[in-house]
Amino acid sequence: MEFIDYYKTLGVTKNATPEEIKKAFRKLAGKSHPDLNPNDKDANKRFQELNEAYTVLSDPEKRKKYDKYGKDWEHGEEYEKYRQSQQSKASNTGGRGFSGNFSEADFSDYFESMFGGGRGGRSQVKFRGQDYNSELHLTLEEAFTTHQQTFTIDGKNIRITIPAGVENGQTIKLARQGGKGVNGGPNGDLYLTFSIPNTPAFKRLGNDLYTTHEIDLFTAVLGGEVMLNTFSGKIKLKVAPETQNGTKIRLKGKGFPVYKKEGQFGDLYVTYHIKIPTNLNEKQKELFAQLAELSH
Amino acid sequence: MNSQEFIPIDVFCRHYGVEDAFVISLQDYGLIEIIQVNEIECLEVNQLVKAEKLVRLHRELAINTEGLEVVVHLLQRIQQLEVDMISLRNRLSLYEP
Repeated sequence: MEFIDYYKTLGVTKNATPEEIKKAFRKLAGKSHPDLNPNDKDANKRFQELNEAYTVLSDPEKRKKYDKYGKDWEHGEEYEKYRQSQQSKASNTGGRGFSGNFSEADFSDYFESMFGGGRGGRSQVKFRGQDYNSELHLTLEEAFTTHQQTFTIDGKNIRITIPAGVENGQTIKLARQGGKGVNGGPNGDLYLTFSIPNTPAFKRLGNDLYTTHEIDLFTAVLGGEVMLNTFSGKIKLKVAPETQNGTKIRLKGKGFPVYKKEGQFGDLYVTYHIKIPTNLNEKQKELFAQLAELSH
Repeated sequence: MNSQEFIPIDVFCRHYGVEDAFVISLQDYGLIEIIQVNEIECLEVNQLVKAEKLVRLHRELAINTEGLEVVVHLLQRIQQLEVDMISLRNRLSLYEP
C-alpha cells in the first residue's frame, strides 16, 4: 500500500484554500465524471481517485490528520484514536453529498488505513449502485441462433439468453446486475455490449449476409449446381450458363435472423468468383486454343 | 397509488437532499417528467435513473439546470454518434479483407 498524495491528485498546493480545493475538484471531476463518461473505465477510476482526495481535503478534520500523519500512515496508534473519534461522530454528522455513485469499496486501502471505513462522516443516504459496462464476444455463428451464455461479473455468475440477430456493437441493459447499492440502495445496471466480428467467409451488414463463392470455369460457362455452406446448413445453388466473374445473386430470407422478430431473416448475397484453371495439360491447352480460334 | 410505481417529489427531495424547486426546474427544462397522482406530484419509477443522474451532476459538479440541459443534449448527441459510428464501422468491415 502506498502513500497517496491527495494534493497532487487534485493539482493543488498544500496551502490551498477550501475554495481552491473545491474549484480544482470540480474542474477535474467534470472531465472524468462517470455520468459524463459512461463507457470509460479509466475515467471512472480517475473520478474515484479525485473523489477520495476531495473527501479528505474538503473535510477540515480529515485534512488536518492527513497533513499531520499522511506520509506516516503506518503508525497506527494515532490513527486508531482518530478512527474511534470519527466513528463516534459518524452517527450525528451530516453526510456530504459526493461519491453518491460509489460504494465504500471504491476508496483505496490507503484511505481505509488512514481514516477507517469509508463510512466515517459520509452520508447514510441510500444510493443506487454503480452501473457496469462490459463487453461480450460472440462469433457470427453464435449470434445467428438464440442461445444462453453464462459469464462472471464481480464473482457472480450471470446467465442470460441472447436472442438471435443481436448486432455487433449493440448494447443491452441488464437491470440491477451492476454494482451493489450503498446503504441498502438498489443495485446498478449492467450494460453489455456485443462484439461480433465478421468471419473470413461471411460478412454481415444489418440483417444481410455477404459471402463469396468460388466456382470453376466450366460451371460458370456451361451452368450447373454448386453447394454453399451457410449458418443454417447447406444450400444448393443453380449457376446459370455464362455466369460472369463477380456476379452477385440474392437469396431472399437466407441472411441473418432479425433481432427479436422470430421467423424473419435478412438476405444472403453471394458473389461468384470464377477460378481460372491452372496446370493445364497439353490436350487442354490445345482445346482452349481451338476454342479461342472459334471465338474470333 | 401504487408506491412501487410512483415516488412523491417531496420523498425524492428528502432522500437525495435537494430542493423541490430544483426538481421542478428539471421538469421545466424537459429533463424529467413529473406527474400528478392523487394531487401529489410524483416521479415515475422509470424516471428515477435519469433524475438520480441529474442530481449527481448538479451536486458533484455544481452544474445548474441550464447546464444540465446542455449536458443532456450533448450526451444524447454523443450516443447517437456512437450508434452511427458502429453502423458505419460495420459497413466498412464489408470492404476489409
